[in-house]
Amino acid sequence: MRKLILALGLILSAAGAKAFDIEEERFFGSGQEISVVSILSTTDIDIFEPLVVAFQAANPGIAVQYTVASTTEVYRAVSGRERGSDLVISSAMDLQMKLANDGYAREHRSIETDALPAWARWRDQLFAFAQEPVVLILSRPAFDGLRLPQTRADLIDLLRANPERFEGRIGTYDPNRSGAGYLFATQDARQSDTFWRLSEVMGGLSPRLYDGSGAMIADVQAGRLVLAYNVLGSYAAAQLAGDPNAALIELEDFTNVLLRTALIPRDAERPELGAAFLDFLLSAEGQTLIDEKAGLPRIDAATLASAGHRRPIRLDPGLLVFVDPLKRQRFLSEWTAAVVRR
Amino acid sequence: MMRPRFSSPGSIRQRLILQLLVLVAVLSWLLYLSVRTVAGAAVETTQDAILGSATIAIAEELRGGVDGVAIDIPYTAFSMLGATGEDRVFYRILVDGATVTGYEDLPLADQPLGGLSPFFYTREYQSDTVRIAAVERSVIVGSRPVRVEVIVAQTRSAQDAIVAQMANRAAALGLGFFAIAALLSLLTARSVLQPVNNLAEAVGRRGPQDLRPVERPVPSELAPLVAALNQFIARLSGALIRTETFITEAAHHIRTPLATLRAQAEIALRQSQDEAARAAIRGMIRSVDDSARSVGQLLDHAAVVYRTDQRTDEEIDLAALTRDMVAVFGPAAELRDIGFELEIPDKPVKMTADRLLLESAIRNLLDNAVKYSALEGLISVSLAVEGDQARLAVCDWGRGLSGAKSATLTGRFRRGENVADVIGSGLGLTIVREVAAAHGGDFRLTEREGGGACANLSLPLG
Repeated sequence: MRKLILALGLILSAAGAKAFDIEEERFFGSGQEISVVSILSTTDIDIFEPLVVAFQAANPGIAVQYTVASTTEVYRAVSGRERGSDLVISSAMDLQMKLANDGYAREHRSIETDALPAWARWRDQLFAFAQEPVVLILSRPAFDGLRLPQTRADLIDLLRANPERFEGRIGTYDPNRSGAGYLFATQDARQSDTFWRLSEVMGGLSPRLYDGSGAMIADVQAGRLVLAYNVLGSYAAAQLAGDPNAALIELEDFTNVLLRTALIPRDAERPELGAAFLDFLLSAEGQTLIDEKAGLPRIDAATLASAGHRRPIRLDPGLLVFVDPLKRQRFLSEWTAAVVRR
Repeated sequence: MMRPRFSSPGSIRQRLILQLLVLVAVLSWLLYLSVRTVAGAAVETTQDAILGSATIAIAEELRGGVDGVAIDIPYTAFSMLGATGEDRVFYRILVDGATVTGYEDLPLADQPLGGLSPFFYTREYQSDTVRIAAVERSVIVGSRPVRVEVIVAQTRSAQDAIVAQMANRAAALGLGFFAIAALLSLLTARSVLQPVNNLAEAVGRRGPQDLRPVERPVPSELAPLVAALNQFIARLSGALIRTETFITEAAHHIRTPLATLRAQAEIALRQSQDEAARAAIRGMIRSVDDSARSVGQLLDHAAVVYRTDQRTDEEIDLAALTRDMVAVFGPAAELRDIGFELEIPDKPVKMTADRLLLESAIRNLLDNAVKYSALEGLISVSLAVEGDQARLAVCDWGRGLSGAKSATLTGRFRRGENVADVIGSGLGLTIVREVAAAHGGDFRLTEREGGGACANLSLPLG
């Protein structure tokens, strides 16, 4: 009888967990573990797998339920007070910031969180565990005879001077569909007015719009695209490794650096396990694994200091501005007007 | 010289220090409070200014148009709120009283907004205390004015952290101020009381005969005390001179008539042939002798008391002095067929003492011995030097002490119980004891084996 109730409870909680759309889900564990930590993440399972395995090696009693969803679904799940997640990982800094600001995150302090630089945490609620530059990638053969662009102004000049080469062969995020694309576009717009000029010029060349970095990188490699603007550098570096035909460029006027962040939801069922996984991510071992196995650059103030063009997107209330629905609507309509020609 | 003990209501130094410390503590506390208050107000003003700028930055971007109000929140509006710390930010924008964006339950100001500058208020929101800035702007939409309210709120953790830091510094400042001021008040108390201590020390250090007025310079507050002290010294000095004069006069006025009376009685005795009258005259002469002795002892005692306070020490050869005194008593002893057995060193026994006091003491010792010795008795007078003490022993073969204690017999006007038949004032041994005490010596009576008593006077040499 008790088993039946337990099973019913599990089914109900599993049904509850499906109040938002998930992309992937995997259970790491043998079933012998005492407890389960549930992680809701926007990062692909393949990338995180080495980390989960190492975490379980260090904590044999803990199984890991790893669920992948889009940034907006992750935000909806947490702000809708969906139960079941003990740690929430997302690349959408603005949405994570919104969650923390609106009180959906728990405070957590440990040796590991205290070791983070001030720009990589907010209110002891939101913690960055990887810093990823947002880059331009291009196909070298298509640029034959052209100088590779170093700044956005270079890129604008190239596009204007050689429209036939780029027509229909430029790729970028569609901020209407992708949370990461929206964050990159808004941060570009905030940093510099050249963004709007670039958008106008790209809009004139019938750009192809994507909702993920992976597809853009693949299309550049396949030759379907000449260049892709605003691609996650970590994915690009991994996918383009050893490909002589592709180039990865950090634009020198500025290169946004995305912070991949984690928070422990206020409504977490096992916040102490979420905290344990978070501390593992931030520990020296976890950071080394993130850097070497997951391919996400570790949190490192020195590399930012040495490369002046890299600007980490600041974890401050400014991020809340573009989450505002009116602002979002306004931005997207302007962007659409600039890029999408009908 | 023993210092007199007064029961005093505490020490001036303690009272002064205590009062200064209390004053300093109060001042330190006030300093702490004022720094804290001023710092808190300054921080709040600064934070309000930033919050107000953010609010106005949003209000400045409001645009009218044909189809509604255009709202474009500048990135910097919120970004600047993150400059001072990690505070949560909430906002709400209302057009004609209806919320168009932001947090719909963010509290509104409870008074109508007006003017260009923001209105600030503090409320509880989302289980945090928030500082809120609200500003109102009028925007023309389709030629109709529309009222737009912009409300921006910020939690106060950065402000509280700065105020707490300021408070800590203020506390450290207050403590430092207290420590320095406490040290200074200790020094002040010491320097204020220095003249008093100096005066007390100078007066206390004076010799017993030093009755000069105090003439050292003192602060004006102490001048009345010193003046009073000088008057007192002058009166004391006068009283002492009068006492000395009185003693001398009294000795003269009483002894001289007694001597005259005795001389005349002796003449009368020689001239009288009537046996009965002669017996009566002899009795009179004895009585006169006794009276003269008693008066002498009373005067001696008075002189000893006076001189104990007014000693004039000089170098004295105790051996010579004792021999001289024994010689003086020779005739009186011979009358009663009493002999002296002397045991006095040939070398001088030098000591520093008051000659009159010592003479008085030895005289009384010998007098007592002669008086209480049996007829045809022998009195032994021995002087010896033992270490740093001179010991003078006068022993007789008289009636002894009958078990009375030495201390009892040397009390003033105390006499032994076995001497009712001998005339005496009971002052003799008291004088000896007082002289011994005045010189730091010792006096005791001891019973002698085989009858009689010994009077032992010890005096320190030097």
